[in-house]
Amino acid sequence: MNKVRKVLLLGSGGLRIGQAGEFDYSGSQAIKALKEEGVKVVLMNPNIATVQTDDKLADTVYFLPLTEHFATQVIKKEKPDAILLSFGGQTALNLGLSLEERGVLKKYSVRVLGTSVATIRDTEDRELFVRRLSEIGVKTAQSRATENVRDALKAAGEIGYPVMMRSGFALGGEGSGVVHNEKELSVKLTEVFRNVPQVLIEENLSGWKEVEYEVVRDRADNCITVCNMENLDPMGIHTGESIVVAPSQTLSNAEYHGLREIAIKTIRHLGIVGECNIQYALHPQTGDYRVIEVNARLSRSSALASKATGYPLAFVAAKLALGYKLTDIKNSVTGKTTACFEPALDYLVLKAPRWDLTKFENAAPRIGTEMKSVGEVMAIGRSFEEVLQKALRMLNVGVDGFVPAKNPCPKTRYLDEIQYPTTRRIFALAEALHDGVNVAKLHDLSKIDPWFLEKMGNIVGLERELKRKKLTKELLARAKRAGFSDKRIGTLKKTTEVAVRSLRARLHVLPVVKQIDTLAGEFPAQTNYLYMTYHGTENDVARGKNQVAVLGSGPYCIGSSVEFDWSCVQALKTLKAEGRNTIMINSNPETVSTDYDMSDRLYFEELSLERVLDIVDFERPLGVVISTGGQIPNNLALPLQRNKVRILGTDPQNINRAEDRHVFSKLLDELGIDQPEWAELTTPAAAAKAAEKLGYPVLVRPSYVLSGAAMKVAYDEKSLLEFLQRAVDVSSDHPVVISKFIENAREIEIDGVAHKGALAIYAITEHIENAGTHSGDATVVLPPQRTYLETIRRAKHITKDILKALKITGPFNMQFIAKDNHLLVIECNLRASRSFPFVSKVTGHNFINLAVRAMLGKDIAGHYRTVELDTVAVKSPQFSYGRIKGADPHTSVEMASTGEVACFGDSYSEALLKSMMAAGFRLPKKNVLVSLGKEENKIKMLPAVAVLANMGFKLYATEHTADFLRENNIPCEKVYKISSNIAPNVSGLFEGGELDLIINIPTKGRENTTDGFTIRRKAIDMNIPLITNRQLAEAFITALAEQKAERSGVPHQKPKKKHIGTSKENGKLFGAGRYGLEAKSWEEYRS
Amino acid sequence: MKLILKDGTVFEGQSFGAPKSTAGEVVFNTGMTGYVESLSDPSYAGQIVVLTYPLVGNYGVPDKKYFESNKMQIAGLVVSEYSENYSHHDAKGSLAEWLKSSGVPAITGVDTRALTKRLREHGVMLGALSVNPAKGGTRFTDPNDENLVARVSIKKKKTYGNGPVKIIAVDCGMKENIVRALTRPETTVIRVPWDYDFTEDKYDALFISNGPGDPTQCWITIEHIKHAMSADKPILGICLGNQLLALAAGAKTYKLKYGHRGQNQPCIDLENGRCYITSQNHGFAVDGKTLPDGWGEWFVNANDGSNEGVRHKTRPWRSVQFHPEASPGPTDTAWIFDEFIAALSKSDPHKKKTYE
Repeated sequence: MNKVRKVLLLGSGGLRIGQAGEFDYSGSQAIKALKEEGVKVVLMNPNIATVQTDDKLADTVYFLPLTEHFATQVIKKEKPDAILLSFGGQTALNLGLSLEERGVLKKYSVRVLGTSVATIRDTEDRELFVRRLSEIGVKTAQSRATENVRDALKAAGEIGYPVMMRSGFALGGEGSGVVHNEKELSVKLTEVFRNVPQVLIEENLSGWKEVEYEVVRDRADNCITVCNMENLDPMGIHTGESIVVAPSQTLSNAEYHGLREIAIKTIRHLGIVGECNIQYALHPQTGDYRVIEVNARLSRSSALASKATGYPLAFVAAKLALGYKLTDIKNSVTGKTTACFEPALDYLVLKAPRWDLTKFENAAPRIGTEMKSVGEVMAIGRSFEEVLQKALRMLNVGVDGFVPAKNPCPKTRYLDEIQYPTTRRIFALAEALHDGVNVAKLHDLSKIDPWFLEKMGNIVGLERELKRKKLTKELLARAKRAGFSDKRIGTLKKTTEVAVRSLRARLHVLPVVKQIDTLAGEFPAQTNYLYMTYHGTENDVARGKNQVAVLGSGPYCIGSSVEFDWSCVQALKTLKAEGRNTIMINSNPETVSTDYDMSDRLYFEELSLERVLDIVDFERPLGVVISTGGQIPNNLALPLQRNKVRILGTDPQNINRAEDRHVFSKLLDELGIDQPEWAELTTPAAAAKAAEKLGYPVLVRPSYVLSGAAMKVAYDEKSLLEFLQRAVDVSSDHPVVISKFIENAREIEIDGVAHKGALAIYAITEHIENAGTHSGDATVVLPPQRTYLETIRRAKHITKDILKALKITGPFNMQFIAKDNHLLVIECNLRASRSFPFVSKVTGHNFINLAVRAMLGKDIAGHYRTVELDTVAVKSPQFSYGRIKGADPHTSVEMASTGEVACFGDSYSEALLKSMMAAGFRLPKKNVLVSLGKEENKIKMLPAVAVLANMGFKLYATEHTADFLRENNIPCEKVYKISSNIAPNVSGLFEGGELDLIINIPTKGRENTTDGFTIRRKAIDMNIPLITNRQLAEAFITALAEQKAERSGVPHQKPKKKHIGTSKENGKLFGAGRYGLEAKSWEEYRS
Repeated sequence: MKLILKDGTVFEGQSFGAPKSTAGEVVFNTGMTGYVESLSDPSYAGQIVVLTYPLVGNYGVPDKKYFESNKMQIAGLVVSEYSENYSHHDAKGSLAEWLKSSGVPAITGVDTRALTKRLREHGVMLGALSVNPAKGGTRFTDPNDENLVARVSIKKKKTYGNGPVKIIAVDCGMKENIVRALTRPETTVIRVPWDYDFTEDKYDALFISNGPGDPTQCWITIEHIKHAMSADKPILGICLGNQLLALAAGAKTYKLKYGHRGQNQPCIDLENGRCYITSQNHGFAVDGKTLPDGWGEWFVNANDGSNEGVRHKTRPWRSVQFHPEASPGPTDTAWIFDEFIAALSKSDPHKKKTYE
C-alpha cells in the first residue's frame, strides 16, 4: 500500500434533518487522526459553523457546495492522492459515488480510502444488498426493488399489504413508510419517484424489536462490534425518531451474540474497511431476525455509540482507512490497552430525539419511518428510570422528567397517540400510566417491550409513594436513584426545589461522580469522561484544580445548533491556552465539545440548575462560562449566581437587564435609543386593543423566547386573536408582547466582544431579506453591501452606549431594523450568537477567543479590521422542509431552518450563488415558474423578472402574474391555478417534470391558503428549487446575471423598464462552471 | 444484607436471593449480558460473582436446557440493581426465583463499580454475604483450598452421539455448550469425571474442559494427560484445560491478580496476527515463559500480554485459555472446535501433523 500523502475529506454541508452535528464530530476526529500520521488534509465543507473547518485543523479548507462540479475542481487543483467518503454522512457518500461514476477519481488518480466504492454500492443498492447477504445465508426483509409505479404496485400485491415502502440512496429514510393499501401506495409512489430512481417494496416488520450494532473492521479482517443498541420504539419508527438504549436491555445472551455473529459475518463478506452500522429487526416472540440495512459510513448511530462507550470510532476508522490494523491502534481512553476490543459498559445510556415540529404550522406530529427530529440528547446512568427521566429533562421542552403533559387530554386521545405514535408518545405513556392503564394494554397498543413499560410504571408508582409518604432519607434516595429531580420532588411534596436540595444535603443524599472508561473498571484508565448517578457510594475522581467550567448548548433544535458547539469548543481551547483546566458540561452526543480530547473533564450531564450546582459543589471551579452555549446556559446565569456560583463575563444581573423586556426597554429610552413600539398584555382583548393603537401589522410573541418560538406577524384583528389562542397555550405563564411590525425595512446585526463595557471587536452583517424573516433564516452578507456608512456608524454608536450601560464583558449580539438611516434596536443578546463562527471565520479574528480572554481579565484591545474586507461572504440558511410534511416552506418571523452554510466570493454575486448552492439550491437551466402575489411584489419584481427573461429563461407564470408580465412586455406562458382545473395548469408543469426554479412570493397574512401553498409544498416534495422571498429572488437573479456577464466579458446592465425583450443569443444554458463559480480555498480568499 | 470483604470493607444492600449467608472468593465479571450462562458455569463454583453491568435480571431465566450445567454454580451474587421486572419469550421465571430455589444468596444496591475498583487494586479477595453480621463475626473461606473440580465434575461417565471419532472429554466442570460444540455426526463424546483413568480406553482424541480453582489441584488429570501425550493422541484444552495441558508439558501456572472475567478480551493468534474477541473466566494463567522446548504460545492477550493458549510445535496438542464455546459471550473463535474435529475426521489423525 502506497503511503498516502494528501487526502480530500468531504464534509456533510449544512445541518439538516437526518444529517446533523454528528458529522462535525466524525470529520474533526478524522482530521486529527490523519494529521497525526503526517497526511495533508484538504477539507471541502460549506458548513462554516463547524469545528472541522477551523483554522489550523485541516491544511486547506474549501467552503464550497458539495457538488460534482466543485469537487472536481478541487481535485484538479489540489491533486490529492486519496479521498475519504465515509465521514460526511450520506451527502459525502453520494458525492463520492457520483465522482467515481463519472470517472473523475480515476482520471485524477484519486484512491478511495477505507471501504471500496463497490462495497458502498452493495450496501446502497437494495437489490445488490439483498443478493450479497443471501450469498451467506443472512436473512433480509422480503423486498423488491422497483423503478416505476406499475412494478411497485405489482410487488406490493405479491408481498401483501401492509407493505413497507423505502427509497434507496436517501438520508434518514426520506420517502419511506408503511402503506396500507394500493390507493395510498400509488399516491406516494408518484411523489417519491421524482426524487429517487428506485423504490423498495418490503415485507412489513412493524412491531419487531429494532437493534443496531456498530461494527469496525480492518484490512487484515479483524472485526469487532463496538456497541449494540436497542430501540425502545419497535420497528416502524425510524431509529432517529426512537428512544434508544445502549447496550440492549431485553436481549438474552443468545440473541445478543447471535446478532453480533451475523454482524461480523456480514461485514466481512461485504468487505467493509473502517466503521459501519448494521440494523436488525428481531422478532419479539420467535427470535427470528432480518437485516434491515448496513450503513458503510460513520452515521448518527456511530456518533451515539462513540459517546455511549467512549470508543473514538471516527478516529479509529480514519486510521484503518490509512491501512492500519486494529491491533496497531491503542485505546486512547486507557492509553494502554488495544483498540481491538469491545467496550464493556457498567452503566447504560438512553438517547431521546428532540423534535421541533411546533415551529411549523400544519406539520403532522406523527412519527414513523421518516426522520423528523432535529437533535438528540443522551443520558447516562445506572438504572433505566434514572436515564429516562434525565434524558426527558435534557430535551429542554419544559418537562420535568417522565411526567404527563401539563394539559391533560382525554383517554382516547393519549391512547391514540400511543398506538399511532406522535412526538408526544412518551408523555402519552406517562399519562396512561398515571391514569392506571396497565402494561399489557400499553404493550398491545405500542408494541414496546413490557420491560420498558414496567420500568416506566415504576416511576409512576414511586411518584405516588412520594405524594403519599413522608420524605425519609430512604424514600428520597430511592426517588433520586429513579431519576427524580429536586424540582419534581418539590412539586410532589408541595415545596420548592431549594428546600429539597437543602434537605438532601442535610440527609447526605448526594450524587456520585463516575467515570466512563470503556472497560467497566477492569483496568485503570486515564479518562476525563464523567457522569453523575445516585447509584453509588463513592466518587471515581477527586476534585480537580484550577478549573473553569463551560456550559454547552444542549440538544440541537431549530435556533440552537452546531454554531454554539463551535463557540464552546473555542472557549475550551482558549481557556486551556490561558492555563486553565477545563470542565465541559453538555448533554448532546452530536457535538465536538463532548469529544474525548476536548476538555480536561467532560461531564455528560444535564444543563439544569440542579446538576450544574452538583458539579460545581463537587469541583469548585474558578468560574463558569455561560455565554457560549446559547440560550440554555444563558438562562442559568442568574439562578447560578444566586447560588453563589461565579459567572465569568458580563454580570448576570446585567444579562437579565437585557433579557427582561421592560427593563431593557426602559434602558433604551434612557439612552435615547429607538425601538419598535410595544405593549405587554395579559388578555386577548387587551392585546387587540393595543394592536389597534400600534397599527397593524403587529408582531406577537411571549417573553423569554428563543428563535422566535410562537412568534407571528398579525395583519388584522382576526389573525391576531386566532394566534393568541395558540400562544397562550404555548406559554400560559408569560404575558403576550405585541409590537409594531415595521414593513419594508432592512435588518442588520452586530456581533462583537466587549471588555468592561468597551467595544473591543465587532462585525456588522446585513440581511438580504427584509425584516420579517427571522435572523436565523435570513441570508446574511459580510461585509455589508447596501448599508450606508452612516447607518453603520450609528449602529456602532448605539451598540457602544448599550455595552457601556450594561458593563458588558464577553460576547454580544445586537439586532437592528434599518429604514432609511433610521435605526431601531430589536434584540440584544449578551452571549455568543449563531453568527459567531461566521463572523470569526470571515474576518479572520476568533471572536470567542477574544471574548474568553476578556472574561479572564486579559487585555484584548487591538486594531481589528472587520469592515473593509477583500472578499465577500454570504451565509445561507439550510432548510429541511422535505422532512416536515405539510409545513409551508416560506420564511417568516418563526425560525424554520435547521442549519446554515457560507461561501466566499470575489464578488457579492459569486458568494451568494455559491452559498445558495451550498444549501442545496440548483441553478436553473431553462424553465422558471413565477408567481408574485400582491401588486407591490409584482411591480418591485418586474426588473428582476425581465432580467431572467432576457437571459433566455423560459418563464411560466400564474394567472395574474402572467397578465402583469405580458402587460409589461415580458413573454411568458400563462398557467392556471391547480384548483381551477383549467389547462394549461400548474399541475401539468409539475407532472412534466421540467421546472428548474419556482419563484413564489406569498402574500403576507394569508400564507397557508390555497394555491400558493400547494405550489410551494409541491416544489419541496418534488425537490425543485424554490425562492419565496422577494429580496432574495431579486438578489439571486441579479447575481446570476452579473456572474454570467462577468464570464462573457460583457458587463451586466440593469435593463431599463418597459423596453424589454428576450435576446436570442443569450438563450444558451449555463451550469455552475459557466457562471464563473470557481473553487478557491479559504486561504486564497484571505491572502 | 451486607457484603463484607476480607480487608474490612463493607457494602450494604438488599437481599434478593436465598435469605442466608455465604462466603467465597469475590470476583467481578464485565459481561453485559449472559447472567444465566455465567451463573450456571461450574468454573464459578465457590465464587461470589460481582456483575459490573448495573441492570441484572432483565430477561428472566429460561428453561434449564439453556443452562451451562444442571444448576446454579456460584456461591453468591452481587449487583447494582436487580430488575424485578423481566420480559423475554424464553423466560420461565425471574432471577430472584432461581436464586432462591438454588439456595444462593444475592445482594442488590451495591456500588459495583467501587467494589470492582477495590478488587482491581487489591486483587481478588475473600468475602462474605451476610444476612446478620452482628453475630459472631464473619467467616471467610477460600474456595481454592478445596478441590473444586472434584465438586463440580460429573460423577459417572456419560456418552453423547455415536460417530466414528471417539473423543474423551475430561469434565473438570465442563460447560454444556462445550458438549454441544463437540457433539457432531462424526463424533462420539465420552464425558468422564476429572480423575477418570482413560489411559486403557480406546479413543481418538482427548479434550480437557474448563473448571474452577487452582489447576495444581488436578495432579491426577495432569498425569492422565501426560499419558495421552505419550500415546500421541490429539489434545484440545479449554480454560483450566489450557493450564492442565501446560502443566503436563512442564510449564508453570500462577494466579492472576484479579483474573479475566468478561466477554471482551482481545486475543491475538500469534500465527497470523489476527485478533479475536473472546469470552473468559479464569483466575489462574499459564506462564508463557516457562513453556519447554517444542512448545509455544498460541494466543496472547492483547491487553496485558498474558498467555491465552499453548500448542506443541509438531504434535497435535493445543489449548486455549478463553472460551471458544462462548455462552456467554462472543462466538468469534468457534472455529477452534471445527478445526479440531475436522483434523480428527481425516482418515488417520495420528500420522498427520494436522496442526501445522
